[in-house]
Amino acid sequence: MNWHLKRAGQALFTLWAVVTLSFVMVRMLPWSAEDIVVAELIQQNPNLAQNRDMLRRQVQDMLMIDPDASITEAYVQYMMSVMQGDLGTTYGVRSGEEVSAIIAGALPWTIWVMSLATFGMFALALALGAIMAYREQSAFDYSNSAVAIVAASIPYYVAAVVFIKYIGFSDFLFLEMIPARNRLPDGVAVGLTFEFVSGAFRHALLPALSFIVTGYGLTALAMRGNSIQTLGEDYVRVARLRGLPDRRIALRYVGRNAVLPLYTWLIISIGTMFGGAVILEQLFNYHGVGYWMLEAIEANDMPLMMGTFIVLTAAMVVAIWFGDLTYGKLDPRIKSGDEGEAY
Amino acid sequence: MKVKRTEDDTAFDETSDGRDSEYTSRLLSDGGQTARMFDDTEVTEVTRTQQFAEVVDESIVQPTKIAWSDWRTKIGMIIISLFFFMGAVTSLHRHGYEWFNGALAAVGMPWQLGEPRAQQAPERFLRPFESWQYPLGTDMMGRDLLSGIFWATPQMIQMVIAAGVFVTVVATVIGTTAGYKRGNTETVLMTLTDIAMTIPGLPLVIVIVALIDTTNPFLLGIILSINAWAGLARSIHSQVLSLREHSYVEASRTMGVGTSGILRKDILPNLMPYIMINFTFAARGVIYASVALYFLGVLSYDGIGNWGVMMNMAYAVMGAFEVPGRMYLLLVPMAPVVIVSFGFILFSQGTDRLFNPRVRTRHEGATKSEAEDEDTIHGPVK
Repeated sequence: MNWHLKRAGQALFTLWAVVTLSFVMVRMLPWSAEDIVVAELIQQNPNLAQNRDMLRRQVQDMLMIDPDASITEAYVQYMMSVMQGDLGTTYGVRSGEEVSAIIAGALPWTIWVMSLATFGMFALALALGAIMAYREQSAFDYSNSAVAIVAASIPYYVAAVVFIKYIGFSDFLFLEMIPARNRLPDGVAVGLTFEFVSGAFRHALLPALSFIVTGYGLTALAMRGNSIQTLGEDYVRVARLRGLPDRRIALRYVGRNAVLPLYTWLIISIGTMFGGAVILEQLFNYHGVGYWMLEAIEANDMPLMMGTFIVLTAAMVVAIWFGDLTYGKLDPRIKSGDEGEAY
Repeated sequence: MKVKRTEDDTAFDETSDGRDSEYTSRLLSDGGQTARMFDDTEVTEVTRTQQFAEVVDESIVQPTKIAWSDWRTKIGMIIISLFFFMGAVTSLHRHGYEWFNGALAAVGMPWQLGEPRAQQAPERFLRPFESWQYPLGTDMMGRDLLSGIFWATPQMIQMVIAAGVFVTVVATVIGTTAGYKRGNTETVLMTLTDIAMTIPGLPLVIVIVALIDTTNPFLLGIILSINAWAGLARSIHSQVLSLREHSYVEASRTMGVGTSGILRKDILPNLMPYIMINFTFAARGVIYASVALYFLGVLSYDGIGNWGVMMNMAYAVMGAFEVPGRMYLLLVPMAPVVIVSFGFILFSQGTDRLFNPRVRTRHEGATKSEAEDEDTIHGPVK
């Protein structure tokens, strides 16, 4: 089977599994979101306890599920509405607004910060790791290994707190250019203007940096270890003996093979980052998807919470699928589907 | 009675596994050797303790010695044991055994461990390192911050243990089974693993925590690492894929050893470094996540059960950000998070090095010719 098709199928399957999982959490668990919503609605308006029809309509509006329908019926209802992009209506944070509208306004910002952090971190980590391996046991190697381990020990939110206090709130020289709050400077409209682009970049800088500084260390060390191992391989020696240019050896022979085993690692770090977005966006008051997720939890707003969960996961599925495509480019072997026999 | 062990005796002990019945029947089948029985029984009695000592030596002392030889694992182990020591001391204190305070007083330390409560210290907002009676200062309610840090450790250790065991067991079972069985089992298990890996951990955890509001540290530990097993399962799976092609595994298979036997005897020992490293990662992940969720107030608390709780109060109630000079309220509980995570990372890095044969021989310079070879390979690159 075509490899690309297979990967796309896997991504779709994962999406389906995630929506099903959220249905389970909304409906089927003994402490489901539905029960919480019903209890909350009745508490707000005690008359609803008698008026079952009204209650049903309100719950359906919020969670896309008729509380009295059978599980299969409810499941079909739920899947249909999610597929149509309907994620229900909120009742806590911005009462009455459509969840999908709130998320649509927030998602691009989360993706922007996440891509900045992801690319920044991997570029820094892979380059540093490779250089450290080439200059193994030099002062550069030792000092950078030490810094990497210390940096990796700092949780991203600790870095964020320190950045907010000592860079974001600081008026020192150029530091006042780097704000610690919101997604854009006041009064700047979305559009392809210089103010907008530079403003968006400056406001995303500290959240992204919190990830980069605390996340690059272990990846760089892993890259270093792999490069050292690859440098010892016979094919690298043969390449040297053939007189191939060093640049070609470094990139095609060493770099490429050293990155491959890091693949699982990279996927996990993308996941950690998307998860971390929930916390960082709250600290930086950056109105992305993660911010709304925490707001929803504080307001006990189940529809918004489930909506942000589905969207965050979907965004990550797409990011990983994208990563898979690049992996296929790096390692042609996986496309050939050579998978040994089953015992 | 002291019995001098001869070389032969030792050889016997190893084969007999210290079980009397086996040992006796062995001798009887020897025919003429029965006369020596009484002597030998005495020998076994001595060797039992010795054998126990050997087991301890092989499974605990030797690995610790190897780990101790690397400065990374050494520092890591010191930090991790300190963390566990704090937990032990605090739980003992809670149960009324206050010898730790006695020891502190005997050494002449003015600080005493005590339950963090309002008006614990006479002075509020005491900054760190100003009074030796409250080395890390006090907060808005006059609670001693150092006592708070101690007080949180038992629950955090319970979480770490629950998470580490959960992650390791689930990942090892799924990873080895999928890698060894192949076929449909592999497809199903690895699809499951891929899905678990794709779901971002923290949002899922947050949703679950919002639905079930629990304060049980063991349950929380499992929830916080609900999909952390996936990464380990995947790397174990790929390791097993390469291990199963080794000739000794094929030999076992040809001899008719069952799947579980091969997994246990041939495959798992090779996976120990991965499992150990990932155990520390799971531990670190749980500390990170629990502190973060307490910090932002997603997890509800009742008393200081986590360093994140102290951070949450500093951030949300005491204005650590806004009021100048109160940043220490946030920095003090953050420091142990960084230190413990530093310990876990050093430990896993050192373990990686110890178990990675290539890196190890390179650094110990196994043989002279090899070292020279390496030089030619890694000669300066321009």
